[in-house]
Amino acid sequence: MAGGRIREKLRWSKIYSFSCIRPSVQLDSDNPPSLQGPGYSRVVYCNQPHVHRKKPFRYPTNCISTTKYNVITFFPKAIFEQFRRVANLYFLLAAVLSLTPVTPFSAVSMIAPVVFVVGLSMAKEALEDWRRFMQDMKVNLRKVSVHKGGGQFGHKNSQNIRVGDIVKVEKDQFFPADLLLLSSSYDDGICYVETMNLDGETNLKVKRSLEVTLPLEEDDCFKEFRGTIRCEDPNPGLYSFVGNFEYERQVYALDPSQILLRDSKLRNTTYIYGVVIFAGHDSKVMQNATHLPSKRSGIEKKMDYIIYILFSLLVMISLISSIGFAVMTKIGMPKWWYLQPNNTTNLYDPSKAATAGIFHLVTALILYGYLIPISLYVSIEIVKVLQARFINDDIHMYDEESGNPAQSRTSNLNEELGQVDTILTDKTGTLTCNEMDFLKCSIAGVSYGVGSSEVEIAAVKQMASEALNAPSQHGTQDLWENPAQFGSSEIEPVNLVSPIVGKDKKPHIKGFSFEDERLMHGNWTKEPKADIILLFMRILALCHTAIPEPNVETGGFNYEAESPDEGTFLVAAREFGFEFCKRTQSSVFIHEKHMSGIPTEREFKILNLLEFNSKRKRMSVVVRDELGLIFLLCKGADSVICERLSKDGKMYEEDTRKHLNEYGEAGLRTLALAYRKLGELEYSTWNAEFLKAKTTIGPYRETQLERVADLIERDLILVGATAVEDKLQKGVPQCIDKLAQAGLKIWVLTGDKMETAINIGFACSLLRQGMKQICVSAMDVDLSGQDAKLVIKENMLMQISNASQMIKLEKDPHAAFALIIDGKALSYALEDDMKKRFLNLAVACASVICCRVSPKQKALVTRLVKEGTGKTTLAIGDGANDVGMIQEADIGVGISGVEGMQAVMASDFSIAQFRFLERLLVVHGHWCYKRIAQMICYFFYKNIAFGLTIFYFEAYTGFSGQSIYDDWYMLLFNVILTSLPVISLGVFEQDVPAEVCLQFPALYQQGPKNLFFDWYRIFGWMGNGLYSSLVIFFLTINILDKQAFRASGQTADMAIVGTTMFTAIIWTVNMQIALTMSHFTWIQHLFVWGSIATWYVFLLGYGLSSPLFSKDEYRILMEALAPSPIYWIVTLLVTAACTIPYLAHISYQRTFHPMDHHVIQEIRYYRKDVEDQHMWKRERRKARQETKIGFTAGVEAKIRHLRGKLQKKVSTLTVQTA
Amino acid sequence: MNGYTSFSVASPSSGFGAEAAATRNSKRPKYSRFTQQELPACKPILTPGWVISVFTLVGTIFIPIGTVSLLASNKVVELVDRYDTACVPPSMTDDKVGYIQNDAIKKTCTRMLKVTKDMDQPIYVYYQLDNFYQNHRRYVKSRNDEQLRDASKANETSGCDPEKTTSDGTPIVPCGLIAWSLFNDTYKFNRGTNEMLNVNKNGISWKSDRKHKFGSDVYPRNFQTGNLIGGGKLNATKSLSEQEDLIVWMRTAALPTFRKLYGKIEVDLKENDIVTVTLENNYNTYSFGGKKKLVLSTATWLGGKNNFLGIAYLTVGGLCFLLATAFTLVYLVNARKPADPAHLSWNKNPPMH
Repeated sequence: MAGGRIREKLRWSKIYSFSCIRPSVQLDSDNPPSLQGPGYSRVVYCNQPHVHRKKPFRYPTNCISTTKYNVITFFPKAIFEQFRRVANLYFLLAAVLSLTPVTPFSAVSMIAPVVFVVGLSMAKEALEDWRRFMQDMKVNLRKVSVHKGGGQFGHKNSQNIRVGDIVKVEKDQFFPADLLLLSSSYDDGICYVETMNLDGETNLKVKRSLEVTLPLEEDDCFKEFRGTIRCEDPNPGLYSFVGNFEYERQVYALDPSQILLRDSKLRNTTYIYGVVIFAGHDSKVMQNATHLPSKRSGIEKKMDYIIYILFSLLVMISLISSIGFAVMTKIGMPKWWYLQPNNTTNLYDPSKAATAGIFHLVTALILYGYLIPISLYVSIEIVKVLQARFINDDIHMYDEESGNPAQSRTSNLNEELGQVDTILTDKTGTLTCNEMDFLKCSIAGVSYGVGSSEVEIAAVKQMASEALNAPSQHGTQDLWENPAQFGSSEIEPVNLVSPIVGKDKKPHIKGFSFEDERLMHGNWTKEPKADIILLFMRILALCHTAIPEPNVETGGFNYEAESPDEGTFLVAAREFGFEFCKRTQSSVFIHEKHMSGIPTEREFKILNLLEFNSKRKRMSVVVRDELGLIFLLCKGADSVICERLSKDGKMYEEDTRKHLNEYGEAGLRTLALAYRKLGELEYSTWNAEFLKAKTTIGPYRETQLERVADLIERDLILVGATAVEDKLQKGVPQCIDKLAQAGLKIWVLTGDKMETAINIGFACSLLRQGMKQICVSAMDVDLSGQDAKLVIKENMLMQISNASQMIKLEKDPHAAFALIIDGKALSYALEDDMKKRFLNLAVACASVICCRVSPKQKALVTRLVKEGTGKTTLAIGDGANDVGMIQEADIGVGISGVEGMQAVMASDFSIAQFRFLERLLVVHGHWCYKRIAQMICYFFYKNIAFGLTIFYFEAYTGFSGQSIYDDWYMLLFNVILTSLPVISLGVFEQDVPAEVCLQFPALYQQGPKNLFFDWYRIFGWMGNGLYSSLVIFFLTINILDKQAFRASGQTADMAIVGTTMFTAIIWTVNMQIALTMSHFTWIQHLFVWGSIATWYVFLLGYGLSSPLFSKDEYRILMEALAPSPIYWIVTLLVTAACTIPYLAHISYQRTFHPMDHHVIQEIRYYRKDVEDQHMWKRERRKARQETKIGFTAGVEAKIRHLRGKLQKKVSTLTVQTA
Repeated sequence: MNGYTSFSVASPSSGFGAEAAATRNSKRPKYSRFTQQELPACKPILTPGWVISVFTLVGTIFIPIGTVSLLASNKVVELVDRYDTACVPPSMTDDKVGYIQNDAIKKTCTRMLKVTKDMDQPIYVYYQLDNFYQNHRRYVKSRNDEQLRDASKANETSGCDPEKTTSDGTPIVPCGLIAWSLFNDTYKFNRGTNEMLNVNKNGISWKSDRKHKFGSDVYPRNFQTGNLIGGGKLNATKSLSEQEDLIVWMRTAALPTFRKLYGKIEVDLKENDIVTVTLENNYNTYSFGGKKKLVLSTATWLGGKNNFLGIAYLTVGGLCFLLATAFTLVYLVNARKPADPAHLSWNKNPPMH
């Protein structure tokens, strides 16, 4: 270990000086920050973990448990969960009642299915929980090196660590708990931390220990080490921490930079020592664990209504039965001497017919319970889990680059994917890669950089294609015939152009696409304003929080930056000759190549760092250069910087603004750079105030810091601006085009500014030339308070109504509108009195882009769309700022990209790239929707068909509650005999194959229009069930009437009638599902025909069991039924009679009202898609919703435009385009 | 095909070509036709040809079956004689219940049946009861199979309420309401006036019932000894497995009107033969107004006389032919050519171009 330390020293700490002003400062011990009051009660005695074994300092151990249950609570809790479902509760009650004499069935046949179904669900819960438990155990049993006393360190399981323990963590290990950093292998006590598990950021963060604890650098030092930490109580704030450290009679303030959070990783540092502050569930990462909001799909909500309908039906027929029973008992029973009416219990007492009737109501409710499909929930759950597996396993949604497959995180929304109407998407990281390329810059009013952005290239391409297609008269015709070629040339400009760019240049440097000889290779020194350029470069190289990492391969440096922009700036600075090569705690070292001819390394002392946050939208550093001059270097959003310029600093403002606008139009992200020179005195007075603010403890610290920072970030002098390209993700325009063709509306919600958003809108063809853009923004007013609000609102209202009017008056059916609204305006538009109008306007527009929106607003917009339109919304995003929107939307999709895991953790589905959304929705969503819809309909059908036969039979038994079926038949019906085929329908059904789904996006509309789960269809299926029940029952009893049913003269008894009827039911429901399916793999064949076979096998086996068990069904198949032709003939007749109307219906439907998938199935069936490719292609092109966005729509608009001209005069056209 | 499709239809080669990548990255989903939902499948669709041939096929199968069934049913000769009212002496027609419950009155009754058609042996003798709820839940449950099967389980009378034990607590074998209400009318047959027709009562029950459900060492005990006598009595010297009348009776009927096999006459009867039935009219159906009928019937492979099956088959078969014809006409006249893209929704309501 010591050797390692020396090596690190050589590499990192050669020129350290500890004279720098440290960000945290020693305080007087008689004036410690007050840490009294609620929320700040934690006391930690370092190196004295035994103190924390007893109250009042007994804090949780480091053992974590994320399980929902434990061995004791599992049963009560899991059972409670299960019986929160109405249907399950009903079945439980029925099972309990089956132990009383009112039951029509044997207790076991009632209890077994409940136990099976509930047991299965609970087993699933248990399995999931077991997995969580195993995962916890793995973490809990991780070995950690802990101080065991006397300067000896030994290994302990992570779960046994207590607050106060001193732990030693080595390189690439996870921190076992939240620690206070005491010292590290670096002399100055810094260490590098990767927080990917916490916030998903891959860049490293620096943590620094307090200076006083630096000497604690060896195991031995901890022999006598004592200290006390007083700090805040456990809380979920990852980026905040307040506390004091009392050590050797001194009190030191602590801040987040000394805190190492559990589950982050030590990087680039050999080891650290730390003391445990928060262990186990007190740690910040555990405090952050949130539960996903539980979402239910629309279909499932509707299913509840159907269950209610069936419950009403159940109650109704139960009432009929019990009234019937009361009447029969009153009138008939006294005459039925064979029932010994004088010798009965309450259940059958004719003198108390009313009581008997009430008892019978309970019996009937149990008896007809088969109307409610007990296995429905379980089957749906199984199906959804399997569907989710298919989504996870889809190789076409696997991203080779990041190695992430698609992931269905909550399986209960699969079918909702097929019903999406509106997609709300984040921009950065979702539509764009969040990979930055330094492209242009403007220095001292001069714009540098000749490369062009993708947006510009796309625009050029588009114009070129326009020119190409226009001249020939047949041009438009060709386009129709060959849209694909046309499309491909237009949609992949990136692929076409970038290799060309790459060839005539040296190898591309990641993050740097700048081309301008004026600045490269030191040529900038010859520029007229070289001094300003120098400043510009220095700001780029100094104003950041990045860490250089030597790259062994190239000999250069890689930069671990907080944001990708920052990384590109450093790369750019390096390319310009200002290589940032070293950072110590107090200094930044820059290797300057071209200054004064000789490469030199310069040290800049970093005096203060005013961090970036989204509210400030800027960051600054205060540096002292080698000459001792103090500068404030600042970079930030142009609007913020321009507000803060001094009078003299506005020299280049006009030009820079012009350039900023240009860059914005080209779809680039811009930042403005400025500086300020500070005098010694000015600085020291400010610094004193800053330090005071910094050491403030409590909730006001942030505001204090901001206020103080604001004091110095004034009177800036503008230097220039940078333009960075945010690259579009692969396949985004194509995907948007396809989704638009599938009839989906796409809203972009972004935090970017309007120009950038509009440009990205163009780049991914959400916007196009010729579209009428409606920009709604809040006007600036000088009034204050209530008045201002009123004025702005009035103005907004006017804008909205004007726009609505314009859309209404528009005569051209092809006119497309785009609504662009900024965050400020949105905050008014989302208010109750305005949101309706705003939504109406937005819905009328083809594209909606909201820019400058806050995460909260994203969620609000999502809610507005979801509740206002009543349609299914899908939100997709990748960052923490999208979490609200993802949780609010009906379906949340997270991009498992670079920016972090929060979005993914909060999402229902995660995909690696935006373009996979197409397949997720159009293929998987479409399939899952149809599968689930058909499955539920069929479920109700089969249970009605079965359940009602029991009811009919009652009428023949004096409503006495006797069932014609053996208990075991009933038990097996839902659980075994009919469940697998319907599950296979739910898992494997495909109306059309995946490629057809993709080729005919219009098919997707069957979901949003809900063609397969509307009430018409549901009642149709229920009617079918009613019909089947009637046919099954009455045909069977009329055929197996009183006469002998076979040659040897015996008549049919109840067992034979019941078994025959049940056979007919099994055949009917399985034939019915076979007719419903359109896709038979061997699995479906096995399940459908296997279910029928299983019935016979069961019957045979049941008949062979002891007669005490099988009762009247003893040897029924072998002896009575199988040898009797009538048994088989009845089965055939009933099955045919039940299914023929359905067959006729679907044949009729297909003939007269074919749906799109019918026709496509036929085309594929007759192989016309292969034989008549021309037609196939034509249809594929037409198979899309009329859309106004996407590049196809753009092409069409252009063609319309040209046609219009053609009609006027052909010659005019040629002249125009020539 | 072209650039347009190659991105939308991810090429299948990506599934195979990336095997090297698979080893590199364990998160990559494994490729199999199953996981990619590309299993070979047959995708039958209802083309006109299929529709017409299915309906025709069903029709052509069903009509013959229906015809054969009807023929079989018509071949059956069935003589039905309702005797419950006829056997009550005219003096007691107003108090039938009193008549049947009065042990002092002799219940013998003679009926003459004329054979309408030649009847080939075996001729099955049935009794038919009407409005008798043998399927009532109270009735159906009132038995104990264990007791019937095993001599040592005579005390097993659970479920037999209210006919479990005698008043002094000794178990009744067979217990329960079903056995207690055993049918006890008897029939004797003569052809003409003298030739006695023997009724064979062996083999009228299911073999499995005799062999496995009713014990050969179980003898009736305390049966019908209480003060409330239900139906027939049993010969206490014969084991239950030999008491076939009981075995038949214990198989409860599904519907309130039912027949049960009484015996077989193993002699051919000729048309116009007169069969004289001497019957003991013991069983009380008068309380609940049920009819009693005596049925002599032959049987075919399809069982007894019931035209319903044949008619149902002919109806369904006919319907199928009708549908087949209708669909044929429809396809001929109002032909939507299958696979005609003109019927795609986007072609029916063409977007305005």
